[in-house]
Amino acid sequence: MADSVVKLTTPPQATQHVPGMKDLLRIVIVGHVDHGKSTLVGRLVYETDSLPEGKFEQIKAMSDRRGMPFEWAFLMDAMQAERDQGITIDTAQIWLKTKGRDTVIIDAPGHKEFLKNMVTGASQADAALLVIDADEGVKEQSRRHGYLLHLLGVRQVAVVVNKMDLVKYDAARFQEVEREIRTYLGSIGVTPAHVIPVSARDGDCIKEGSAKMPWYKGPSVVQTLSLFNPIASLSDLPLRFPVQDVYKFDERRIIAGRIECGRLSVGDTLIFSPSNKSAKIKSIESWSSKPGHHNPLTAVAGQSVGITLDEQIFVERGDIVSHLQHAPVETDVFRARIFWLGREPLKKGGAYKMKLGTMEAPIRIQEIERIIDTGDLRALSSDEVERNQVAEIVIRSRRMLALDAFNDSPRTGRFVIVDKFDIAGGGIISMEGYADQRELITQRSTNITRVEHAIPPEERWRRNGHKGGVMWMTGLSGAGKSTIAVKLEQRLFEKGYHVYILDGDNVRHGLNANLGFSPEDRAENIRRVGEVAALFARSGMIVITSFISPYRSDRDRARAAASDVFHEVYVAAELATCESRDPKGLYKKARAGQIADFTGISAPYEAPEEPEVVVDTAAASADECVDALVEYVERTFRI
Amino acid sequence: MNRLDQLEAQSIYILREAFNRIDKIAMLWSLGKDSNVMVWLTRKAFFGHIPYPLMHLDTGLEFPETYAFRDRYVKEWGVKLIGDPCPPLDTIDDTLPPASRVAARKTAGLKEAIEKYQFDGIFAGIRRDEQSMRAKERVFSPRNAEGTWDFRDQPPEFWDQYKTDYPAGTHIRIHPLLQWTELDIWRYIQREEIPLVPLYFAKNGERFRSLGEIGITFPIKSNAATIEDIIAELEVTRTEERAGRAMDHESEDAFERLRADGYM
Repeated sequence: MADSVVKLTTPPQATQHVPGMKDLLRIVIVGHVDHGKSTLVGRLVYETDSLPEGKFEQIKAMSDRRGMPFEWAFLMDAMQAERDQGITIDTAQIWLKTKGRDTVIIDAPGHKEFLKNMVTGASQADAALLVIDADEGVKEQSRRHGYLLHLLGVRQVAVVVNKMDLVKYDAARFQEVEREIRTYLGSIGVTPAHVIPVSARDGDCIKEGSAKMPWYKGPSVVQTLSLFNPIASLSDLPLRFPVQDVYKFDERRIIAGRIECGRLSVGDTLIFSPSNKSAKIKSIESWSSKPGHHNPLTAVAGQSVGITLDEQIFVERGDIVSHLQHAPVETDVFRARIFWLGREPLKKGGAYKMKLGTMEAPIRIQEIERIIDTGDLRALSSDEVERNQVAEIVIRSRRMLALDAFNDSPRTGRFVIVDKFDIAGGGIISMEGYADQRELITQRSTNITRVEHAIPPEERWRRNGHKGGVMWMTGLSGAGKSTIAVKLEQRLFEKGYHVYILDGDNVRHGLNANLGFSPEDRAENIRRVGEVAALFARSGMIVITSFISPYRSDRDRARAAASDVFHEVYVAAELATCESRDPKGLYKKARAGQIADFTGISAPYEAPEEPEVVVDTAAASADECVDALVEYVERTFRI
Repeated sequence: MNRLDQLEAQSIYILREAFNRIDKIAMLWSLGKDSNVMVWLTRKAFFGHIPYPLMHLDTGLEFPETYAFRDRYVKEWGVKLIGDPCPPLDTIDDTLPPASRVAARKTAGLKEAIEKYQFDGIFAGIRRDEQSMRAKERVFSPRNAEGTWDFRDQPPEFWDQYKTDYPAGTHIRIHPLLQWTELDIWRYIQREEIPLVPLYFAKNGERFRSLGEIGITFPIKSNAATIEDIIAELEVTRTEERAGRAMDHESEDAFERLRADGYM
């Protein structure tokens, strides 16, 4: 049995370059405190004959000194404090000499207080063993660790039901525990390779099957380890090469970094995001003491390399290098599922620093959408994420970021959050509901020159009798934007203003007829309206726009287009109020699932932070709101 | 990429990360096999250059072969050497066991040098497989203003994101070889033809497996006179690498105390 398993998994390239050199598999042992993780590690080391000379005697002496029976955990629990308290504080590693390949066993603490150390250990692993006490069953940290493994990207998992001796090797009890953990893991998308009943202390089912549990027909722990594989190379994904540094030690200007995924070759055209500059690879630099050494022509994921370019464009640490096709997302807002390890809770509205690859950026927590209870997966609502909690949040950055959705490109789809001096959390990115803004900020035309107008804006204002500008109405569907816009236009027109409405549905008949409702198309819709509104304003007119325009990034771009004549009008009304009005019957359709990504229901509405005007259509009538706006226009657009 | 390629790429990433993120940095160069691998990786990371000083904590008790090695490669590799002598034994905590007390001179020398040259970061070539306290180390491991290691409360470290933010007065130890094993080191030395102090190779049935100072480091019985012999020997050995290091074995917590106080 054991032999056939080993044969199956002998890695084919293990001996490719260096004779006798084996591949390495990293396994983390996780689970609730006191369920016997360190004991399992000790036993694995013993059973695989990996214990150094004299170590057994050393552990025995340490156990005797404390008046304890032989304690396997002392092999990994190197700190006095760990041995005295019988608890693992920090993660540790030990190397097993297994047939075919080497295995590193990473022991992770199970105590809630040391979750940051569990994360440290587990994040390095190719695969995990989740240990559960047969007597105690599935506990708080069993579930939380299972959840975190998934979030950390560890996809190969087996469950070890330990201390079977305490339940008299009872098959029924084992099946009960197995059912419970399989159900939980299944609900978060994890399928354990095997669930194995063991007694780590006595060595049952560690190396081979156990006579005490003849009812168990599956593989032992050691056999299960041999079924796991080192994490596959990411060289088949699109190229992601985060710039780590730019060196000028000699005449070469070398851009250094590690290829996170994909591959690159001399001659490739690269794009640097988010600066969107482009250049070709002139050389891949390398150093060797050996005579006759040549620089490579190609490099793949995992390699730390340095390249030179054919053009001296400005490149800086944090840029993500890709090919022109399949470039990363560019955005200043994204969703994330995070775990929080900080001493202080993560706060809504709080300012932090994020690190993604080699990039660092100041960020703000725009929204804490839900806290996820890792015990029963309930969603809770809160303005704070406490230590050891998992949450879904929205993060905003002041500047444009290059990143990926985790599911598209895992290495550039994950990040950490730094609170003051400490890494306090980690997360994986989702762009659901948010647009890739790359197209919106990319200028494709070249060789263009601006023509200066001969008529200064003041001349136009004087003829019209008022300044030009944009009244940008934003609010939920049904908040009353169109009603107010139409009334406002009429009132201003009667007063002699040059005024015109740009309305959401109207522009989609013409100017934006080629746009759909994907996040990117919605963003492009608003970009065009923003540009058109700015042109109207510069021509001396007052333009009233009436669009939900739910995203801050889009409104900020419209503001930038019109610069100082942009006036954001927040047409405020509670979601419930808007839904009860439902003038176009859209909420009903959205609730019925007939409209995807409907703002307020299944897509976010990001309320303005500092609008010039707020009108509350729930508290005031439409006419009262219009009165307020007319007063605002008369005051603000006066020459 | 095979295992050595992976380890090399990972170590280069760490070296470059520290060089970029940490202001003033130096590399400890004990002249042993691991620190020579670290220097070699530096030359790979920086395309032939060694862009920070190498620091030899000199107790005056190195073997003559070790000093000869240092003097030769300082010239050949263009090393900027910091080689201040460590404080004398009588200034060291006399409650420490004798060999630990000798070793602690290096800790004191390091603290002095950090103070004198105002370093924010120090590269040290320790490995997790050497010793069980080192197995718990981080790649970027903060030290407080007194230079001590708070091993009971270490920062989280995951996804190759390291602790690069630190208050003034503290420093970071960076461990680029943490993930290597003794065998990895030897295979890499073999592949790259990295020069070593000759004491590692057997003469008259003895060789040094781990190289420290005269008086607290002892040779093992061995006939391994070439790298190939050493690799073959290590593949079957059951003895721990640091069995010949007296300070590791003086009491149950001898090494823990040394490391907590800032030993490498």
